[in-house]
Amino acid sequence: MKPACILFALSMASPLALAQTPPLGLPPVPIPADNPQSEAKVALGEKLFNDARFSSTGLIKCATCHDPLMGMTDSPLLVSKGINDLTGTRNAPTVANAAYNRTQFWDGRSADLEDQSQHPFINPVEMGLENHDPILATIRGDRSYTRAFDDVFDVKPEAITMDHVMKAIASFERTMISGDSPFDRWYFGGETDAISEAAIRGFTVFIKDGRCVSCHTIEQDHALFTDHKFHNIGIGIGNIDARVPSLVGAFLQAKANGADVDVTVLTDADTSHLGRFAISEDLADVGGFKTPTLRNIAVTAPYMHDGSLATLRDVVEHYNNGGVTPADAPVTPYLAGGIRPLELTEQQIDDLVSFMETLTSPQYASGGTTR
Amino acid sequence: MNNSRRNFIKHSSAAAIAGILPVSLVRIATGQPSQDFSFAYISDSHIQHIRGNQFVRNWDRGLISAVAEANLLDPKPDFVVFGGDLAQMGMREELDHGYELLSKLNYDIYGLLGEHDYYLDLGEYWSDVFKREHYYSFDHKGVHFVVLNSINTYDEWINKWETPLRRMTEMSGLDNPNGSPFMLGEKQMTWLAQDLAKHSKDTPIIVLSHSPLQHIYKGWNFWTEEAPQIQALLAPFDRVNVLYGHVHQIQYNQIGNIAFNSVMATAWPWPYPSTYSQATSHLPVMTVPMNRADPFSERDATGWQLVNVHSGRIDVEFTLYDNTNRTVGFDAAAGHPVDKTFQDPRDRIIPQKHY
Repeated sequence: MKPACILFALSMASPLALAQTPPLGLPPVPIPADNPQSEAKVALGEKLFNDARFSSTGLIKCATCHDPLMGMTDSPLLVSKGINDLTGTRNAPTVANAAYNRTQFWDGRSADLEDQSQHPFINPVEMGLENHDPILATIRGDRSYTRAFDDVFDVKPEAITMDHVMKAIASFERTMISGDSPFDRWYFGGETDAISEAAIRGFTVFIKDGRCVSCHTIEQDHALFTDHKFHNIGIGIGNIDARVPSLVGAFLQAKANGADVDVTVLTDADTSHLGRFAISEDLADVGGFKTPTLRNIAVTAPYMHDGSLATLRDVVEHYNNGGVTPADAPVTPYLAGGIRPLELTEQQIDDLVSFMETLTSPQYASGGTTR
Repeated sequence: MNNSRRNFIKHSSAAAIAGILPVSLVRIATGQPSQDFSFAYISDSHIQHIRGNQFVRNWDRGLISAVAEANLLDPKPDFVVFGGDLAQMGMREELDHGYELLSKLNYDIYGLLGEHDYYLDLGEYWSDVFKREHYYSFDHKGVHFVVLNSINTYDEWINKWETPLRRMTEMSGLDNPNGSPFMLGEKQMTWLAQDLAKHSKDTPIIVLSHSPLQHIYKGWNFWTEEAPQIQALLAPFDRVNVLYGHVHQIQYNQIGNIAFNSVMATAWPWPYPSTYSQATSHLPVMTVPMNRADPFSERDATGWQLVNVHSGRIDVEFTLYDNTNRTVGFDAAAGHPVDKTFQDPRDRIIPQKHY
């Protein structure tokens, strides 16, 4: 284990305790009835998460793009890099607090962490396996794994399936919970000096003139900073606006003919910008992407589904412009109704950035990029 | 199922589906299944001029989205209907700007008058922009379309105001004691009777009007004065479908052979008349109302629709922003429109009780 991982592991509470008493600012972790947490299962999941043998080159593991040093992302990459330096089309979403997501991936194409975990292994630009068989073969041939699967799932080597692998990885990911940020200590903990004056002013912008809280929600006793919905906020779609009709037609045709959506959206940059539409096929979802959490946002630059905005200030300016970058770019016709010019002052923009910098949890505070 | 997908499947496997349909559904002589078609329906955009080249952004964006999305339909609809109230105060700026946004549609547009288009200059500039008469009819693939100006009113009321702007303002008020009920008027009623008389009773009829051709709630002009007489003119036809805007909400009804469907606004949502408790209203009981709009979702309870015509009857597929899309279609067994998902009370979304 690398030193970074040891540090990270040390900062982790017991997975069972975490689920019941989450850190300040977060609700209890939802645990599916058919995949209860256990110490042994989490340990197995962590081992799988960090095993590069499950890629065609033997060099890429889950943790390659979900690095604890980088807030469980691959910051500062714009889009993720898989086998043979192949790039995808999407900026790696953080695994930290993904346990709370109601859907997984930027477009929500997986319902839960279990389902999500199987896809990158066999995506040609991620881990590049033809199918899941090599994973099971590797596991069955590794006594430390067979013992662990037997211990956790009570299965003999030949009976190990991807379902077990997915459950173990998801269990590990459900321990990637991070609250207790300076904001949490200020807002939920009542520590009046936990954040700066600028950040406090920024919080007011966040819930008022900035309209941020409409989607990046804050509840009475916790804050996930996401409404779990999909919105077209004017990112990427501007590159393809004129071609949307032909892209939509071609995509639906390909999907009807059996094309793998996971592969299509990660290998074709233009199709990737169709966002939620590729999953829901609802015309109102063209260019819509899931509202990401803002926790640890300061250490996970760059931003947006395509990593096209480099800094938090760029992000605020994009919203301030009414969903366009640069300010004089045309507004996409598919823009979500809630996005409109905000007319924030320079001071308000700076304050808002200061506020977002208070959302970093202690375990990620030393890593990643900053503004 | 959503618009594009539904159509795509229809497009790619129409022959296969036709092969398994019960014979009873494919027997009709005019408006035949082989001639089934679709059209898009966009309505109530209320484009509002502020000053100079400034218009209310939210209303602009609603129309822009609907137009862009309608252009994505595949296969393509045969045409688009714009259901009235393109403008807010009937101004030339509003009609020009609104039609400029509408003209991004890749389809022919059949327009009809709403009261917000009409009461400034009595529809003169609207006719110039849309290149249409105030009421007219046309035939398409065996279906006879009748486009009404249902928002006319008494000449006396029209002529009593000192300025056109005052007239427009009074008519756009709600529960306004100075208002006046919508109607076709004598001349148009005569035209309607003559127009319908030219068609055999088995011709499928689709009537497009801005206001409901029913008496639902007078205070908001969810109302057309001659509704009973219009219904009597339509009653002898086997299959009649009335589509109307104005109400900014989903309503549907069946009276005899006449199926009624409302369409959504792209501009803003409107509550059901029952919420105004100081006067009685008559929302058709078969209507499954919309759930309450989420005030934090700017486009919730707005939308646009794709209308599929099958053997002279219609399905209305609603694209509803920030909400669950709905389809209200004629159910041959029930003999009236039903919501394809939520008709049964057990299938409805339980109202939110946590505030």
